[in-house]
Amino acid sequence: MVEHRPWNDIIAYAILTLGVFIVAFPVYVAMIASTHDAATVVGGRMPMSPGGQALENYYRAIFVGGSRTAPEPVGRLLMNSFISAIGIAVGKICISILSAYAVVYFRFPFRKTAFWIIFVTLMLPVEVRIYPTYKVVADLRMLDTYAGLILPLIASATGTLLFRQFFMTVPDELLEASRIDGAGPFRFFWDTLLPLSVTTISALFVIQFIYGWNQYLWPLLITTQDSMQTIVTGIKKMLVTTDELAEWQLAMATAVLAMLPPVAVVVFMQRLFVRGLVETEK
Amino acid sequence: MEKSAVFNNSKLLPYALLAPQLIITFVFFYWPASQAVLQSFKREDAFGLVSEFVGLENYQALFAQPEYYKSMLTTLVFSTLVAALSLSIALLFATQADKNLKAAPVYKTFMIWPYAVAPAVAGVLWFFIFHPSLGTLARPLRGMGLDWNPLLNGNHAMTLVVMSAVWKQIAYNFLFFLAGLQSIPKSVIEAGAIDGAGPMRRFWTIIFPLLSPTTFFLLVVNIVYVFFDTFGIIDAVTGGGPAGATTTMVYKVYADGRLGGDLGGSAAQSVVLMVIVIALTAIQFKYVERKVQY
Repeated sequence: MVEHRPWNDIIAYAILTLGVFIVAFPVYVAMIASTHDAATVVGGRMPMSPGGQALENYYRAIFVGGSRTAPEPVGRLLMNSFISAIGIAVGKICISILSAYAVVYFRFPFRKTAFWIIFVTLMLPVEVRIYPTYKVVADLRMLDTYAGLILPLIASATGTLLFRQFFMTVPDELLEASRIDGAGPFRFFWDTLLPLSVTTISALFVIQFIYGWNQYLWPLLITTQDSMQTIVTGIKKMLVTTDELAEWQLAMATAVLAMLPPVAVVVFMQRLFVRGLVETEK
Repeated sequence: MEKSAVFNNSKLLPYALLAPQLIITFVFFYWPASQAVLQSFKREDAFGLVSEFVGLENYQALFAQPEYYKSMLTTLVFSTLVAALSLSIALLFATQADKNLKAAPVYKTFMIWPYAVAPAVAGVLWFFIFHPSLGTLARPLRGMGLDWNPLLNGNHAMTLVVMSAVWKQIAYNFLFFLAGLQSIPKSVIEAGAIDGAGPMRRFWTIIFPLLSPTTFFLLVVNIVYVFFDTFGIIDAVTGGGPAGATTTMVYKVYADGRLGGDLGGSAAQSVVLMVIVIALTAIQFKYVERKVQY
């Protein structure tokens, strides 16, 4: 057993508490700012304790929208974010579980080729093909649509690799047994493989929901109407004005609202989140 | 690794199963990527009506631009700072959380949640705290005699985006370092303790070397993160400014194509970036994959 010194624990607690403080500080300040009125926030002497404007600020941010800087109420943007994040997560899971099923459980010409075609997409993040992808989406008339927000982001290798890896660990005997019972490919997938994959699916969902929610560049490019923005792209527009006019208390309320869903997912589904994060990186 | 039990008598089904992913991959990955390569050899007029083949002219123009080298340097400085800081801070916290503390799981939860904060939102939070006229922490800085203004001073702007990027990345690195630390067999550390090595010595001679696969893996992941995922931070906090001080290579692709309308030049930059990503991914798979497990 390694020596145990009390001061060692005290130092550890001190460092970790400092860490938690640093990590929490910016968010705390944002939450405080979202409870004060505009004058207090802009004055530069904002107190470090909550003010009394919380309800009003959040009500205005969600349902009314700022007067000049944010014409679109955040409620709408939150809905867009939910639709696209869930769309991206579900879409990715659907197409990648099917392709992984094909690659693992079937033998057919060009199987390896298909796998590599999918695999190589790991090397082409949106950022390196911004404008050509924009042009494709524009040609398909998908600007300012949910399809445009979702479809280009659902194809990527991570999901396929993850499901492939999981399917490889499923014992062969299960397939043999269900074949003896007369099950075909659909039946085996639906009755055996899918129920076994529930944990993997949930872990991938958690990671992809966060990924989809936090998209920035892509929604920024393809939305021209304010009503189709996501909440993450919407915040920036609240700040692009002459500084004095920016309504920081509303922007901070929006920032808090934009953080809440993905942070809640991480905190309340921590085990799935950690699992998904570690496994998608393998 | 291959399955031995498979479905052999379905001829068309596997293609149907692959179709959705392959169609989307071709439409949104291969087609645009090939267009980017093609476009990098072409010049379009301002209206996009005429385009002519100009060979390597876009690349020559690109590498003749002082701004391009500046953006490379900015990217280098930015990624070095973010990777070095976020890795070392995360390692410090992870080693503390790895000690046998009662409250360790609680601390873990409190450390990892910034992973879920969007880069752009993280940028806005830090921008607010350090905003030159209304920021909570800008006032003490000014009080110390520093003329803090990230809107005008390039170094201040860089400091701000580095802080935001580090803040967001600590969570991820912490999680992987903690997992790496917990997979080191306790017996090795106990053996070191029996031989009389103190905590510091044990860390540098036993734990740190055993952790190196994790560190190397994280280094590559962090560089990729700094290259691409920090776009939101830069756009929200500085917009690449002041005077291009925070324009990274990725930001320049965006800014040149959108604001400058120089699609050929932007495409040439995309191609250069693609080469970099492919190199990074190759490094990751060639060296990291095998060494992460011990």
